[in-house]
Amino acid sequence: MSERREAAVRKPHLVCPAGSLRALKLAIDAGADAVYMGLKDATNARNFAGLNFDLAQAREGMAYAHARGAQVLMALNTYADAREPERWWRAVDTAAELGADALICADTAVLAYARDHHPQLRLHLSVQASATTYEAIEFYRERYGIQRAVLPRVLTLSQVGHVCRHTSAEIEVFGFGSLCVMVEGRCALSSYATGQSPNTAGVCSPPAAVRWEDAPEGVRARLNGVLIDSYAPDEPRGYPTLCKGRFHVEGVRDYALEEPTSLNTLAVLPQLMEFGISAIKIEGRQRSPAYVEQVTRVWRAAIDHCAAQPARFAVQPQWVAALGRWSEGQQHTLGAYNRPWR
Amino acid sequence: MNPRIRLTVGPVLYYWPRKTLIEFYGAVADSPADTVVLGEVVCSRRHEMKPEDWLSLAHDLAACGKEVVFASQALLESESDLREMRRITAQETYLVEAGDASALRALAGRPFVLGPHVNVYSRPALLEHAALGAVRWVAPVELSLDAIGRVNPPQAPVSGGPQADTPIATEVFAFGRLPLAFSARCFTARHYHLNKDECGFRCIEHPDGLLLATSEGEPFLTLNGIQTQSAGQHCLIGEAAALREAGATRLRLSPTAQGFGEVLACFDKVFNHGGDAGEARAALEALSLPGGLVDGFAHRRPGLERSWT
Repeated sequence: MSERREAAVRKPHLVCPAGSLRALKLAIDAGADAVYMGLKDATNARNFAGLNFDLAQAREGMAYAHARGAQVLMALNTYADAREPERWWRAVDTAAELGADALICADTAVLAYARDHHPQLRLHLSVQASATTYEAIEFYRERYGIQRAVLPRVLTLSQVGHVCRHTSAEIEVFGFGSLCVMVEGRCALSSYATGQSPNTAGVCSPPAAVRWEDAPEGVRARLNGVLIDSYAPDEPRGYPTLCKGRFHVEGVRDYALEEPTSLNTLAVLPQLMEFGISAIKIEGRQRSPAYVEQVTRVWRAAIDHCAAQPARFAVQPQWVAALGRWSEGQQHTLGAYNRPWR
Repeated sequence: MNPRIRLTVGPVLYYWPRKTLIEFYGAVADSPADTVVLGEVVCSRRHEMKPEDWLSLAHDLAACGKEVVFASQALLESESDLREMRRITAQETYLVEAGDASALRALAGRPFVLGPHVNVYSRPALLEHAALGAVRWVAPVELSLDAIGRVNPPQAPVSGGPQADTPIATEVFAFGRLPLAFSARCFTARHYHLNKDECGFRCIEHPDGLLLATSEGEPFLTLNGIQTQSAGQHCLIGEAAALREAGATRLRLSPTAQGFGEVLACFDKVFNHGGDAGEARAALEALSLPGGLVDGFAHRRPGLERSWT
């Protein structure tokens, strides 16, 4: 009996990105327990042209997911604009009407509206709320009744465990995807360069501000005129996300803030599950449906393996190979979970 | 006659030697500043000042007629960070400025200041924090003046405080390199190829931070340990009318290693003694760090832009 109990590790939900109806369906078919999506406007933090759901698509996605026993989480995780907070209230109402299984919110104004007008609706605290401690999470739980918090990607593995032990809210962590080196929800770098940031407009380093130009040395990538990086003809090019550019500091040109790498936490999955985390999130609503499908498939297999035999869990080479194809800069890192730079 | 615009000396964001800090605050004590925000808000590893050093500094500044506010750290990660936050919020002699939601939980029910890294972007959000007891709001740096005026309009200010009867005062970041982002990672240590836990406290060598320029040599950002700032110094000295219209009753001036006395004098002259803004701006421009003066955020523009020619 006791042996069986030890073996029964709580299986975290696999939460996958749905930037489109196609991605949503592929994620669910590939084994996602839940998908997260946003509406086509600035109420969510991936406000890119061609991405996200209109009402008809949202309805279809919701029906598809629910018919297969999967959840749909609605991201409403930007900060309500002082000129038009009502737009955020309408998005909350819409999510409730559509039958979303939970809202992912960061703004206290949005959380309060949802709590007061849709008390039956489950609330998740978005990573954009920057809740890095159990005290912060408890603040949102006590005041707004959040049932789950998504942790910013800045904590070490032991700090994640410490948070889990000190809050009764469910904890969701990022498992795979692009890495924000800055604390989410507290970064105004993009608005400094372009006037638009994740908090104010749901975008970082927006495509409309990007300009590629031919230069003697190869190709230059600018963001609203600011030179973010330049590439030799044979060098792989990345999207010029501001914090991933090459800059000069004391005469040295380097990735001064962050190299383009992807977060991959497969290696620490047993520890995360031992902490009792409730969900693992895959980043990438802006990525292709093929990315979503393949990354979901790998993580489905990994979570199932780990839950069945946590003590014998080993990262399979074919998983690494599959994820490697979809990594930024073709590199993986455990990010803050294990700080090689600590 | 316009009411006095109060001047707040923001927390020193850089790592300065103890002696430098003491001298700096000695000068502030004799300056036109109304309020002084004390405390280490960026990195918990910095240790030049002990808690009792800060308290004795607070006592001295208060004795010189300055209002003292203690700020809690913006990014908390460890249990020891939480202990430090609890130590700051537990003292009741001075007002506390909340750096994050952990501090909000500790301060609820008491009068306190909402720091610039607590995300308040709309009037309903300010109402949420007013209900906790906030009496002063330092707006997020990327918020435009028109938005600030909508969040807390001077004609109809949000009421806060423990009895919900105190109109919340709006404070606007009006001078200095903008604190734009925080990370778990130390960029100063990274630049020197050092691990964060063995950083050698190299940030002490850069009293205004470490300049980051584009490959074309344009000053762009400033590395300050785990914080990233703008290279340009945000300067709203020419915005007296717009600031008053937005309801700002306080301006936050962020300390610089050189010429800060001049900064305080310029703002006091222009905002409270009818001084000429153009002349003052020229004086500040002459003092400015690489990157020059900028004001884009005030006008809903990219922060690195400037509205004057």
